[in-house]
Amino acid sequence: MSDWQRLDPKAVAVAAVLGAGVAGAAGVPTAAGIASGTSWPVALLWVVPPVVLLIVGAAVLEHVRWRRTQYRISADRAELHSGLVVLRRRTLTRDRIRSVDLTANPILRIFGLVAVRIGTGEQTDAGEGTLTLTPVTRAEGERLRQELLRGATTETDGTLAQLDPGWIRYAPTSFVVPVLGFGAGGAVMQVSQWFGLQEELIDWVQSLSSGVPLLFVLLILAALLMVVGVIGSLGLFVEMWWNYRLDREPGTLRVRRGLFTTRSISVEERRLRGVDVVEPLGARLLGAARVDAIATGLAQQTDDEKTDHKTLLPVAPKGLADRIAAAVLREEVAPTAAARLTPHPRAAFGRRLRIAVTVALVPVLLLTGLGVWLTGVLIQLAAVLAVLALPAAVLLARESYRSLGHGLTGNYLVTRSGALRRSTAALQRDGVIGWRIRQTIFQRRLGLATFSAVTAAGSGAYSIRDADADEGLVFAESAVPDLLTPFTTSITTG
Amino acid sequence: MSGTVRLRPPSNALDHRVVAVWRTTAGIVFGPPVLVLALLGLLIPPARVWLLVPAAVIALVALPYLTALPRWWYGVHRWEVTDDAVYTRAGYFWQEWRVAPMSRIQTVDTLRGPIEQAFGLSTLVVTTASAKGALKIRGLEQEVAADLAERLTAITQATPGDAT
Repeated sequence: MSDWQRLDPKAVAVAAVLGAGVAGAAGVPTAAGIASGTSWPVALLWVVPPVVLLIVGAAVLEHVRWRRTQYRISADRAELHSGLVVLRRRTLTRDRIRSVDLTANPILRIFGLVAVRIGTGEQTDAGEGTLTLTPVTRAEGERLRQELLRGATTETDGTLAQLDPGWIRYAPTSFVVPVLGFGAGGAVMQVSQWFGLQEELIDWVQSLSSGVPLLFVLLILAALLMVVGVIGSLGLFVEMWWNYRLDREPGTLRVRRGLFTTRSISVEERRLRGVDVVEPLGARLLGAARVDAIATGLAQQTDDEKTDHKTLLPVAPKGLADRIAAAVLREEVAPTAAARLTPHPRAAFGRRLRIAVTVALVPVLLLTGLGVWLTGVLIQLAAVLAVLALPAAVLLARESYRSLGHGLTGNYLVTRSGALRRSTAALQRDGVIGWRIRQTIFQRRLGLATFSAVTAAGSGAYSIRDADADEGLVFAESAVPDLLTPFTTSITTG
Repeated sequence: MSGTVRLRPPSNALDHRVVAVWRTTAGIVFGPPVLVLALLGLLIPPARVWLLVPAAVIALVALPYLTALPRWWYGVHRWEVTDDAVYTRAGYFWQEWRVAPMSRIQTVDTLRGPIEQAFGLSTLVVTTASAKGALKIRGLEQEVAADLAERLTAITQATPGDAT
């Protein structure tokens, strides 16, 4: 199979539909605007030609791109020639290919197409190590996936996990709720401003709430935004995780999911260096956790998408998360659950407490200072903030300290840390490609140090934060034999 | 009696000229704002206090960077290359020890900024497959750095595998 191949010709139709969508979104309001000033025929006369031009232009451009794009999969390499103006030739060596991901947005799905992303996962500039074929037919995408990932077949060794609709109950505990809520609020204000209705909107809210204390109005508005955020988080969960299933094919783990945009993400098992059981605060309170893969060469994307690519299991009951972690690593018991973790010295708690309280005190002191200078209201605000923030800081510091721990179990190094996002990472000991040990002046005084196991996989380093400086070194030395030993000296203390 | 282990300092110090590099860098960073503020302060009498006080504050901040800190940093920054690993200790306000085994090294580069160039020094950059940055040895004599880069490249090329 070494002939040059083209992308699917339906790409042109996809581009035309996309162009029509954009033109429609821009054209309809514009036409309405012109029509309100003049008449509909005039408006159409103004709007239709650019719309047609946009659609035709998009199609023609896509046709040129299609004509100039060719790819070839030969015995030892994958090649792509592309580029509208500058011809770009990119070649990947096949034994460097580590991931083949298939994505299909709703338009591609209507045409039975997928976008294929072939990655080597090299730590170079974004895009250097990846080939993207957009679009090819679904069958061709599946064929590419099977051919490029040796051993990947449609038949599965077994399904490890499938979506349980009940998991949606964890979605509203996510941090996306306030983000989506306030985002929606901001969007309403912005859109009302575009149409010059912002004043009226504010007046309307004021007239509704006349006679109600301002504080209550603000609380009600915040509650409304939170409700919007909760609905948004539920919708996001359904879109992201609909039809989720985690399969093991020979040598490959495959995640398939998505309602409108479908995604298929493959992780070769020999690229797997461990798993990370992540418990965001809200999920942890409900006894739930997520499982991320620690693998080399996963598609590097923008931050928010990156989490999705490595996630093997969405937030689900902790027991299940541990079982999946074990199954993924082909272990009897998950290392993240089996290891008896060594707690860190009490001094680590003191350090966390000081940092948390300092962070909480800064705005309080700032407000107090301004209050003394300007108006007493700010002092009241500072008092409220102090009452809320200081206990929260103390609780978080305590949680953060209680999360700390590290240990060895079998072939895995396990480290746990974090309060808002507690992560228990199990990393294969032979996946450790170096150590980084850091000690600030404060840590030094307390006899603490942060030991980071450097790895080619996942985030690049997994840290044992604020461990006892002596015990941590002994641990790091025993975790990866012979690496640190030449650089240590034994000293005897009385 | 109980025994414990400590990391020993890497065996080699940097070239002593690196102290001058650090001082020059500090001079370039802090010098212009202090000079400009002081000059303006002398030329514009009504705003004199408002210009000379910040100039003095910046100069005061700059003082340790020009005097004691580079000496201290010189003591902290050390490096060692054995047949099996590269071992560095670095750190300006916290100390950082790093170990990268020879078999996991991907590329070895030498780097020369304009100031280093003026003092005849180089920086050796050793990258591994990790996303968490490279090991850097600042302030090596150019010949030492070039020899080291050659030696490391030879060793890493002889090692099979893709270093992940």
